[in-house]
Amino acid sequence: MISKEYIIMDSQGIHARPAASLIKLTKNYKSTFDLKKDDKTIRLNSMLNILSMGIKGGETIAVLIDGEDEVVAAEAIDTFFTELGKMIKN
Amino acid sequence: MNGIGVSPGISLGIARILKTNSATLTGILLNDEAAILAHIKHFDDAVISAVSEVNDLIKQHTNADGIEILETQVEFLSDPQLRDDVVEQISIHKKNVNDALIASIAQTVQTFESMYDEFMRARAADIKDIGNRILKHLNNAPSDHITPYGPDTIVIAEDISPSDTITMDLKHVIGIATQVGSKTSHAAIIAKSKGLPAVVGCGNELAIIKDGDFIILDGSTGMVLVNPDQQTILDYTQKRSDFAENISLLKQLKDVEPITTDGTAIILSGNISNADDLDDVFDYGGQGVGLMRTELLFMNRNSFPTENEQFDFYKKTALKAKGKPVIVRTIDIGGDKQLAYFNLPVEENPFLGYRAIRICLDRTDLFITQLKAILRASIFGDLKIMFPMIASIQEVRQAKTILQQAKEELAQAGQAFNDAIEIGIMIEIPSAAITADLLATEVDFFSIGTNDLCQYTLAVDRMNEKISHLYDPFNPGVLRLIDNVISQANKNNIHVGMCGELASDPLATLLLMGMGLKDFSMSASSIPAIKQIIINNNLSKAKEIYNAVLAMDNSADILNYLQHTI
Repeated sequence: MISKEYIIMDSQGIHARPAASLIKLTKNYKSTFDLKKDDKTIRLNSMLNILSMGIKGGETIAVLIDGEDEVVAAEAIDTFFTELGKMIKN
Repeated sequence: MNGIGVSPGISLGIARILKTNSATLTGILLNDEAAILAHIKHFDDAVISAVSEVNDLIKQHTNADGIEILETQVEFLSDPQLRDDVVEQISIHKKNVNDALIASIAQTVQTFESMYDEFMRARAADIKDIGNRILKHLNNAPSDHITPYGPDTIVIAEDISPSDTITMDLKHVIGIATQVGSKTSHAAIIAKSKGLPAVVGCGNELAIIKDGDFIILDGSTGMVLVNPDQQTILDYTQKRSDFAENISLLKQLKDVEPITTDGTAIILSGNISNADDLDDVFDYGGQGVGLMRTELLFMNRNSFPTENEQFDFYKKTALKAKGKPVIVRTIDIGGDKQLAYFNLPVEENPFLGYRAIRICLDRTDLFITQLKAILRASIFGDLKIMFPMIASIQEVRQAKTILQQAKEELAQAGQAFNDAIEIGIMIEIPSAAITADLLATEVDFFSIGTNDLCQYTLAVDRMNEKISHLYDPFNPGVLRLIDNVISQANKNNIHVGMCGELASDPLATLLLMGMGLKDFSMSASSIPAIKQIIINNNLSKAKEIYNAVLAMDNSADILNYLQHTI
């Protein structure tokens, strides 16, 4: 399993648009994706769940990737957050 | 009646009521396993048919914003969490599919409505909307059709759903008014993107409007008038054309750099009270923030905000400014600004009393908390710190010592901050203006606060209406002080700006430029008018005006001259 931490550098946080693209991205891989903020973890397949986390700009989140293609999947997640103008912490 | 103006402009037109079908519970419970399975399948089929309906809409659509709203809808419709919730309602609570869906949607809507973030709260409308769409497919209701509207239609609705914004025939719509909603609801977003005046959150009163009523809508003030008299109609017709003229000026100027005809670059920035004000600053063509007041953060609460609460506030602003400079003024309470939870004794002369930096240097615990929060937020953008009400160089040195202490505490705790953060002071007390040469050695920038500088220099209480005619920023005494501050700053190579009222006074712009001022900060809406002056003039004219004013001995002559020269 791979764990990645990100600081959300968008002042609006993770809103509908990035949440939808994030879900679309995870569908390309066999691995499972979980998103963790503070002590709450959700499966990265539901817009409702992502949005209900209420992730705001400047907050730190972790993405946990598990599965046979986790290495390439983690790279894709990295690219996703970088491309959205977000800064990689670890 | 009044609501929240979310998209500026004035519309005069005919009301058309947008009806929404509300879902009703049946109360019917399922009694066997077969029925449960059938109802789950019924739900899945409804979702499939709803998704294919929306996909068809996407194919017909050409507008990128619309397609995005629809694509988001597809994600929501096929959301696994929603399905889990509905399945649980059906299989465990034995509800029929209609009731199960209504319950699941209501639950999710509530989660979003109770969220702290206004943007997320507005997503509740998306959830209601997908609920209605699935319900429609459960009941085999006819699909959306576009209702054609007549010319000059003002749409009146309880709320506008994302689906409405797609299927509405906007060709003839000239305004929108809704009962519920906020600045981030769909009605507001669609109205802004189409430049339609809109008022949301008018409340139940809006229900008195009937199809065909004559409506006046003011999307700036949030006012809605029903069947007004002839004179009011004439007044607003005039207002509407004035507004259109202003907008075209604004549009022409928004992306124009404030550079004089001889190539001198001027900086125009905005004064703000919170991160959201930045939208206006950038909309009006501002280049950053010359003054961020922090009092709002301390008001309307029962105790001092914690370091983390303050950190969130500054960080949000830093992120939103996207690298543009933001000058954060440390707290300026006392005087006319009181806090309920901070017992400041009543003073005979509050403006000459315990306020602003004087409180901070006394209550260093409060000061250091604010400084640490600003420092921590400084890694998210270009924040600068400004101390208000400085009267002497000792105060600047003391404040800097405390700032140093804040930095050391953060460093020890391993927290990141911008160690090179710029420090400046407000020049608003005559002693500071006179000793600008001394103060310039201690700071990176000055910002001239003309409101207080004027009242202290002329010994005129700004709040006393009886002597309001004596409050006069064009008094030669005030002008000489401002002149001294600007020239001393320039001589010592430190930055100087102005954030008081005078910065937004079109009569003063060239005079101040003649003094050597290149940085003006004001409320966002004043920026275009000042920019208009800058791009149509040059520095030698500014110098000429400055020299002429310098030779005059009273403000009446000065004002008369400025009015006739500009």
